This record gives sequence, structure tokens and C-alpha cells, in this order.
Amino acid sequence: MIAWLNDPGNWTAPGGIFDQLWSHLQYALIALVVAAALALPVGLLIGHAGRGRWLVTVANAVRALPVVGLLILLYVMLAPHIHGRGDTVYLLPTEIVLILLAIPPILASTVAGVENVDPAVRDAAAGMGMRGGQVVRRVELPNALPLVFSGVRSATLQVIATATVAAYLGLGGLGRFVYDGQASQNFAERDAGALLVALLAVAADLVLALAQRYTVSRGVSGRFPRRTLVGDPVATADAPPSTHTA
Amino acid sequence: MIRFESVSKKYPDGTLAVDRLELVAPSGEITVLVGPSGCGKTTSLRMINRMIEPTSGRIWLDDRDTATVPTHELRRGIGYVIQHAGLFPHRTVVDNITTVPELLGTDKKQARRRALELMERVGLPAHFAKRYPAQLSGGQQQRVGVARALAADPPVMLMDEPFSAVDPVVRAQLQNEFLRLQGELGKTIVFVTHDIDEAIKLGDRVAVLQVGGHLAQLAPPAELLSDPADTFVAGFVGRDRGYRALGFAEAGLLPVRKEHAVRLGSGRGEAHDAAEDGWVLVTDAEDRPQGWLRTDRLAEAEPTGPVTAPELNLGGTLASETATLREALDSALSSPSGRGVIVDGAGRLLGTVTASEVLTRIEQQRAAADPPFTGDVGPGGAESEAS
Ligand SMILES: Nc1ncnc2c1ncn2[C@@H]1O[C@H](COP(=O)(O)OP(=O)(O)OP(=O)(O)O)[C@@H](O)[C@H]1O
Ligand SMILES: [Mg+2]
Repeated sequence: MIAWLNDPGNWTAPGGIFDQLWSHLQYALIALVVAAALALPVGLLIGHAGRGRWLVTVANAVRALPVVGLLILLYVMLAPHIHGRGDTVYLLPTEIVLILLAIPPILASTVAGVENVDPAVRDAAAGMGMRGGQVVRRVELPNALPLVFSGVRSATLQVIATATVAAYLGLGGLGRFVYDGQASQNFAERDAGALLVALLAVAADLVLALAQRYTVSRGVSGRFPRRTLVGDPVATADAPPSTHTA
Repeated sequence: MIRFESVSKKYPDGTLAVDRLELVAPSGEITVLVGPSGCGKTTSLRMINRMIEPTSGRIWLDDRDTATVPTHELRRGIGYVIQHAGLFPHRTVVDNITTVPELLGTDKKQARRRALELMERVGLPAHFAKRYPAQLSGGQQQRVGVARALAADPPVMLMDEPFSAVDPVVRAQLQNEFLRLQGELGKTIVFVTHDIDEAIKLGDRVAVLQVGGHLAQLAPPAELLSDPADTFVAGFVGRDRGYRALGFAEAGLLPVRKEHAVRLGSGRGEAHDAAEDGWVLVTDAEDRPQGWLRTDRLAEAEPTGPVTAPELNLGGTLASETATLREALDSALSSPSGRGVIVDGAGRLLGTVTASEVLTRIEQQRAAADPPFTGDVGPGGAESEAS
């Protein structure tokens, strides 16, 4: 496997590692963007209104379907309706499967994030004259962000791992090496493919961790610069008054 | 002015939280809503800014029926302070304070300048501006909550138990500063508390609510203490209301007697000679009382040398010459020598009074008062229902 990975030809050839890495990333990214675009607003809305929680349950139930079975089912259902060139007939079912997998973690954690916002904080927001949308954007989302991120990160891991099934329908991605290696008994290639998927997932998670660090307010994440916690006169404003005694 | 016109609130589950409430909160005054838990204080308060919609009746803000104003517009013109402050955890102190000006589209720089000014007003050092709420104590958070409510300079403030989540020392401090602030700002304030002492301390007028949202009495605190409307109010106001009522009666000119005090650092012999009944009052160089010294013990400890601060008994409270009868009496009762210390506006010693002298003054005032100062022998006299 190391030897296979060390062969520069395996990286740069057409259909080599670089190409498939890029395809894999594209499949995953499309699915994640679409899933987030759907789950995030809906999750915020459910959390804000405190209604429609059943949608979370439904989304979670979909996750229980077997991936490959679903893929084949979607392909069989959609293929007759897709005419024209290119990979669309394979790509569409793949993306749908990935999106269905990515939605539940993002949806559930967004709802939980909003529900976890201190009721006093929402009360104050509304009481100061914020409209519903302003409460969501200015207060609920920023405070829900750590949980939203944890949902997106878990969705990302899942989607990157599952995007290997694209190769099952003859598309590209790192799954290519896994399926081809298995079929041709080239186990070095198969294992290298699996390893690359794992590495890609870890790398993506690191990028998201970094993004989280820079978007979540320090007041929410609790990462305060040390000097404000130690050695400055925190207590001055609440020091007990000097008692009048004689 | 805020006026409740036969306002009722029935929750969907059938609870009648407020029942045909008639109430006026005059402009520029603090109106306190007080009553036992679940009597409908919060519900009444939140109906003013329509966080809760009344089931029937009207609430007027000056000459506007609040039901005719869009809620967000109404609320931006009403300061709102709640029990746990409800600060936005993701925003710094200064950003919390500028929330409403931001909603109103005020110039950012101007809003920040005003926020810093307000921080100073509510007693927060300027270097707190960049902190997050999680980095503040409960009392500090509450100050930010008050500053935030004041940021857009609303004429009306609603406060729901704003000081009840902090310890008693900080609470007293926040209350005093709140009164000082109100002295400067003159807002129309509706203040909810379940603590009758707080109500009496802060209210220009106190509305006592009974469970079911019935208004039992609306009166200035002194009147509430001296003339409770019924047994419920009498019981709620509590047992020691006679003593507390003294807090609303100025002592006037008390028969202050001259006290032979010695200064810190003066000789023990001098202290011995000045003492009366075994106690001598010790002052600093500016004549400000520092504590009492027990002279019959002096010789035992150390026969010679100067009088030092650690030897002093600090038990007595001070009353100023403009004190209430309650403060004057407390000064006498708390003093280890039995002589209550009276000081002038600058904290300098004027002299002392004894408890019996203060009591004589109380009796003189009662005799002069017409009708009698606590002629409370009606149903209010019964103490059995006291909480
Ligand atoms: N959302 C609600 N649904 C049903 N009943 C409610 C609701 N909110 C309050 N109540 C009921 O209405 C009554 C008045 O409640 P409210 O919160 O106004 O009391 P309160 O005087 O503020 O009490 P406390 O001192 O405990 O804060 C209570 O009996 C309470 O149980
Ligand atoms: Mg309440």
C-alpha cells in the first residue's frame, strides 16, 4: 500500500489520486452545501418557533435506510426521466443520497442549539423590540453556532466517507480505488483508497474546526484571553460598601 | 404615565392570572408591584410591553393605547430589565448596551460613546466594555442589564425582580445606586418584586397584589405601613411594620448631647479620663467617629501607649443629623455604649443620643400627628396571618 502511494504515477495520471481526490471533494461539497442550505434555515425556524420537531424525527428515520439500496432505488426511479449527456443520471442519485445523510445531523443540532439558548436571553431580545427574524439572526444563531458546527462536522465526516459509493455507479472519487482495487484484487490500491478517504475526512474536519474557532464568539465558546481572568480588578464594582461604624 | 384599564389575563389553561386590574403608574415615579409568588406581578408587567397580550381591557402609555402600536416599536421605547439580566452571551458588554440604539439605527460611534457613559453611570469601570457576560459577576451583569435598558433613553422602564438573584450586600448596593440613578433620570418605572422590604425601600408608590391578580392596596410605602387596607396587606407587610415605619419619619432635631471623644493615637490616660460608663468614642484627625473603646479593659491589656484602631469596637451604626427615626434608634441600639452617634453631612461627630431619647421623640411625633401615626387597630392589627 505504501509502495502504491509512493508511486508518483498513481497520483498524477488522468484518473489518478489528484483527480479522484478533487472529484470526491466536489461530490461531498455539493451535498453539504445543499444539505446545509436546507437544514440550517429549517432548523433555526423549528428551534425558534418551538414547533415542527417531528421533521427532525423524520429526517433521522431516513438515515436508517441502507445507502447502497437507496442509491440503486433512486437510480432506477430517476434514470428514465433523465435524458441527455454526461454523468447527471449517476450524479443525481448519488447527491440525493449524500444530502439525505447530511441533513439529519445538521437539522437536529441546529434545532438543539436554538432550543438551548437561555430563555431569559430570548426574552430580553424580544423585549427590547427585536422582530422574529432579528432574534433568530442576531441572537439565536450566534448562540447556537457551536452546536450547528458540531452538526456540520459530523455531517461532513459521514458524507466524505459515504461519497465512495459514487464509484459504485461508475462515477469517480476516491471510491474508485476501493472498488477497482477490490475487483482486480489489488489490495494495496483498495487500502490506499480507504486511507485517503479517512485522511480527507480528518483534513476537512480540521478546516471546519478552524472555521468554528473564528466564527463562534468568544463569549459563547468561553475562550477568554488569560489576562482578563487573572490579575485585574474584577471585584471592584461589587466590593461590599465600607460599613459605617463607630 | 401608564394606566391599566380593567385589564385581565386568562391563560389558555384557564388560570386567571390578572383580574380586572385598575392601576396608574405616574410619570417620573417608581411604582412597585409586590405580592406573593404567582399573584400575577410578572404577567401584569409583561402586558405593558405586550410580551403578554391582555385577554381584555386596555393599557395606556400616556395617551396611546398600547394595543394600537406595533409591538417591536412599542418595546424599543420601553426599557426592559429581567431577573437574570438576560445579557447576550455572544456580545461584549458595550455591544450588549448598544442593542436598542442599533435596532433604532442610531449612529454607531454615538451609541458607543453613550454606552461608555452609561457604564460609568451604573458603576462599571470602562475596561469592562470589551468583556463578555460570562466574565462578569451576577451583580455586574445586572448593572449591564440596567445600562442596556437605558441605552436608548426610554421614558419608561419595566423591571422584573432585577436584584433578586444577587447576594444581600450587592443587592443593597444596587438598590441604592438605582435610587440615585432614578433621582437623576426621573424615569417612569414599574418595578416587580416579591420582597416587601425592597418594595418599601424603592417605591414611590407600592401596589400590593393578591393571588388572582387582585389589587389589594396602592399607596405610598409609609401609608402602606401605617394604614394597611385589609388583613391581607397587613399580613404581607409583616410584623415589624411599626418599626419599619420609623424609616419614613424624619427624626428632626434630636436632643444631641456632647460626647467627649478622643483621637486615634492619643494616650490611654486621656481615653480613661474621657470615658463615660466605661466607653469612650474614638475619632480620626477630622473628628470622624472610628469606633468605641472600652476603658475598663485598657489597663489589663497594655497600661501605656497610644489608642490604636484594632482595639476599637465597630458595632455601632452612625446616624446623620438628617436621619430618620429608624436610623437614629438603630444607632442607639447598636452602639456598645448605648449612646447612638450622630454625625453631620461630612461624617464629623456632632454628639450622641440614647434609645430612650429617640423613643421620647417618637412619642412626641405620634402625639403631634393627626390622625395618629399608627392608629392601626382595625383588621390590620391582627398579626395571626403574618407571613
Ligand atoms: N404561560 C402561562 N400559562 C399558564 N399559566 C401561567 C403562565 N404564566 C403564568 N401563569 C400563571 O399565572 C399566575 C401568575 O403568574 P406570574 O408569573 O404573573 O406570577 P408572579 O406574581 O410574577 O410570581 P413570582 O413572584 O413567582 O414570579 C400563576 O398562577 C402562574 O402559574
Ligand atoms: Mg414573576
